[in-house]
Amino acid sequence: MTYRFESVDTVREGLESVDYLADDSIAGIAYLADRLGKPVLVEGPAGTGKTQLAKSVAEMSGARLIRLQCYEGIDESKALYEWNYKKQLLRIQVETADSGGEWTDIQDDIFSDEFLLTRPLLEAITADDPVVLLIDEVDRVELETEALLLEILSDYQVSIPELGTIEAKQIPLVFLTSNNTRELSEALKRRCLFLHLDYPTIEREKEIVLTKVPDISEQLADQVSRIVRSVRQLELKKHPSISETLDWARTLVLLGIENIDEDDAVNTVHILLKYRSDIEKAIKDFTANSGAHFEPAAGG
Amino acid sequence: MTASVDDTTAPDEPSQASDPLFDLLEGFVHELRNAGLPVSLSENIDAAKAVRHIPIEDRNAFKYALAATLVKHQAHWKTFETLFDVYFSLRGSEYIIDPDAQDPFEDMDFDPEAAQQQQGEGGQGSGDGMSPEEMAELLYQALMRGDDTLMRAIARQAVKRYAGMEPGRPVGGTYYLYRTLRNLDLDGVLERLMEQARQQADQQGQTLTPFKERLEQDEFETRIDKLRKEVEAEIRRRLVADRGAEAMAKTLRKPLPEDVDFMHASREEMTMLRRAIYPLTRKLAVRLARKRRHKRKGPLDFRNTVRHSLSYGGVPAEPKFRHPRPAKPEIFVVADISGSVAAFARFTLHLVYAISSQFSRVRSFVFIDGLDEVTSFFEKADDITEAIHRVNTEADVVWVDGHSDYGHAFEIFWDRFGKEVGPKTTVIILGDARNNYHASQSWIIKEIQHKARKLFWLNPEPKAYWNTGDSIVGEYANHCDGVFEVRNLRQLERFVDNLV
Repeated sequence: MTYRFESVDTVREGLESVDYLADDSIAGIAYLADRLGKPVLVEGPAGTGKTQLAKSVAEMSGARLIRLQCYEGIDESKALYEWNYKKQLLRIQVETADSGGEWTDIQDDIFSDEFLLTRPLLEAITADDPVVLLIDEVDRVELETEALLLEILSDYQVSIPELGTIEAKQIPLVFLTSNNTRELSEALKRRCLFLHLDYPTIEREKEIVLTKVPDISEQLADQVSRIVRSVRQLELKKHPSISETLDWARTLVLLGIENIDEDDAVNTVHILLKYRSDIEKAIKDFTANSGAHFEPAAGG
Repeated sequence: MTASVDDTTAPDEPSQASDPLFDLLEGFVHELRNAGLPVSLSENIDAAKAVRHIPIEDRNAFKYALAATLVKHQAHWKTFETLFDVYFSLRGSEYIIDPDAQDPFEDMDFDPEAAQQQQGEGGQGSGDGMSPEEMAELLYQALMRGDDTLMRAIARQAVKRYAGMEPGRPVGGTYYLYRTLRNLDLDGVLERLMEQARQQADQQGQTLTPFKERLEQDEFETRIDKLRKEVEAEIRRRLVADRGAEAMAKTLRKPLPEDVDFMHASREEMTMLRRAIYPLTRKLAVRLARKRRHKRKGPLDFRNTVRHSLSYGGVPAEPKFRHPRPAKPEIFVVADISGSVAAFARFTLHLVYAISSQFSRVRSFVFIDGLDEVTSFFEKADDITEAIHRVNTEADVVWVDGHSDYGHAFEIFWDRFGKEVGPKTTVIILGDARNNYHASQSWIIKEIQHKARKLFWLNPEPKAYWNTGDSIVGEYANHCDGVFEVRNLRQLERFVDNLV
C-alpha cells in the first residue's frame, strides 16, 4: 500500500502550510498513524487544537473530513448505519398491494444497500476517495457505547447482521478526541496511538499567535504569550485556551495596543477568561502589590 | 508478565531477533512494566513496528514514537520520560542512539564563547579553576540572558563541583540534587535578578509596575526551573554511568500518580492529585445519575416504536418509551478534619470542592469533636485555597479539646441536620474512625442509613490498622452500605466504579 506521508518533516511542513504549527510529537504521531494504519487518540484540555489537528491533516492531504460528534446517548443508528424504515415500509406496502411477492423476496429486497442509511462511521470506511475520520469528544459516550467503535478502529470493518461484513476500501486516517472527562476503556486505548496535547510552550504559542493573527507585531505577540503563561499558572476554573489567546491577541490589535500595561490587561481580560471568579482573580493578580504575588502552582 | 516480554518480539520478528534495537526495546518495556505501567502485548508489538518507521538517529521522534504506542495515560508520561532518559542515555558504544548526544562527559568543558565572562582563567578552558563567586556570577548572567547552552554547562559544572558524588555510594539522586541546589542558592539569584530588572526599569525612566514585575518574575522562575531540571538530568546521567541503567531504573521507581498515598503526598503530587480529581467527580456524577435512569418509563417514543414495528410487518406490537431525565442526586459529605488525618483532610476538602462543582445539591460538613456545615464556604469561594482557609479558621468544629470525637460530632449532625436526610440523599463520611475512646453513638449511623439512599464510609487508613487501638470503624461499618479503604487515587476510582 502507498503511504500518504514521506517523512515526519513532510508532515510538519504540510501542517505548517495550512497554518497548523506542529511540534515534534504531533508531526511524529500523525506520520506514524499513517504508516501503522492506526487511529490516533488525542487527549488534552479544551481549546488546545485537538479537533483542529484532524481538520488540518485533512486539509493538508486533500482528504475529505468526516466528522462524528459524540454525545451521551449516541447509538449505532446515529454512528454506524440505520435501515431506512420508512422506505422499507413503503416497499412492503407496494409488494402486498401487488399481492404477488414471495416473503423471502421482499425480505431480501428490503435489507439491501438501497435501504441502508450510512452514518459517519460506515461512510468513512465505504468511501472511495481518501478521508479523514474525526470522532470528536469520544469521552462523552458511555462506556458501553465505546464498544461500537472497537471493530471499526482495529479492523476497519463494520458488521451488519443482515448484510454481512463491510470492509474498508482504503484505510482512513482516524482521529479521536477526548477532553478526559472520564477515563476511556483500556480496549479503546490499546487500539490507538496516544497523543496528549497540552497548552503549548511559550515559544510555540508565540509562533501560533504570529501565524494566526495578521498584523501583529513580534513584540506584542511575545507579551501576549508571556501574560497568558502567567495566567495559566493561576489556579482557575478554566485556563485560557489557544483560541482564547488568539481572540485576545486580535482584540489587542484592533484596539491598537502595542504595549500591554496593567489597565489594558484588566480591561480586556474578559476575552481571555470566561468565569467571573477567574476574571476577578486574574485582575487581583495583575494589580497585586509586589511581594504579595500569588504563589505559582509549579515550582517556587 | 516476564514471560510475555519474551514472547513479544520473538515470533513476530524472528529475523530481527539479533537486532540490538529489539533487545533494547524489550528491556525497556520490561522496565516500564516494573515501574507499574500497564503495557500490553499488542502495545509492545506496536512499538516494535513503530520504531521501524522512525529514523533511529532522531532521538526525539524515537521517544515520541515509543510514547505514542506504550503510554496511554497522561499521568504516566513523567515516569516514561525519566525511564527513557535513563534507559537510552548512556549505553555501551554499540547502543548509541543519537550521535550528537553520545557522551555527556565529552563536552564537559565550557564552551569558550559562552564562558566569555570568565576572563583570563583560561588553561584548558575548563570551569574547574573558577571561584564560587565567579561561578555564581556566571549563573546569574546565564539566567539573565536566558542562555540555554551556558545554563547546561553550568548545571554540569555545578553537579561536578557541589554534589560530591562518590562512585558506588548508595544514596539516591535527591540527596545530590539537594546538595547542588543548596550551593547554587537559586532563591538568592532570583532576588538579584528581580532587583536588576527593577533597576533597569528605573534607568529607562519608568517604574516597574506590579504587573510587569510579575511577568518578569515568571520568566525568571521558568528559567530557574529549567536549570533545576538540567541539574537533575545531569545527576541522573552520572548515576547511570556509575551504576548502570538497570540499577538506576530501579532506584527511580516511584509510585505512579494513582498509587500515591494521600497521607504522604508531596506538594507536587498534591497538585497532580487535585487535577486528577475532576474527571473522577464527573464520573461519580454520571454513576449516581445513571442509577436512576432505568427505573421508570417515560412517554411513548414514536420513532422508535415505528422502527421496531418492522419486525412485526408494520404492526406496532412493541411500544417503546423514552427514558425520564435522571433526577439530580443529593449528596452530603461529612469529613473529619482533625490532626490525625490532616493530610487526608486537605485532600478531602479538595474532593468536596470538586464534587460541589459537579453536583448542584451538595452539602458539606466538617468535624473534629464538634461539627459545622461548610457548604456556603465552598459555594461562595472563588477558589479552593480560600475555601480551605475559611474552613480552617471559621468553621466551628472544636467542642472541648480538638481531638476527634465521632460520637459527639454525629450527635450534632443528627440534631441539626438529621431531618434533612431523605431518600434521595447519599451520605459519604470521610474519616479514620479513631474516636479517642469516646462513645461511638453508632445508632446515629444506623438511623442515617435508614433514612438515606446510601451511606458510604471512606477510610484513609490502611485496612490492617482498622479496629486497632481507638479505631472503631468496624462498629460503624455494621450500619454502612459500604466501607472502603481509600488511600490513593486508584482506590478512590474503584469506589466510584463500584457505585453502580
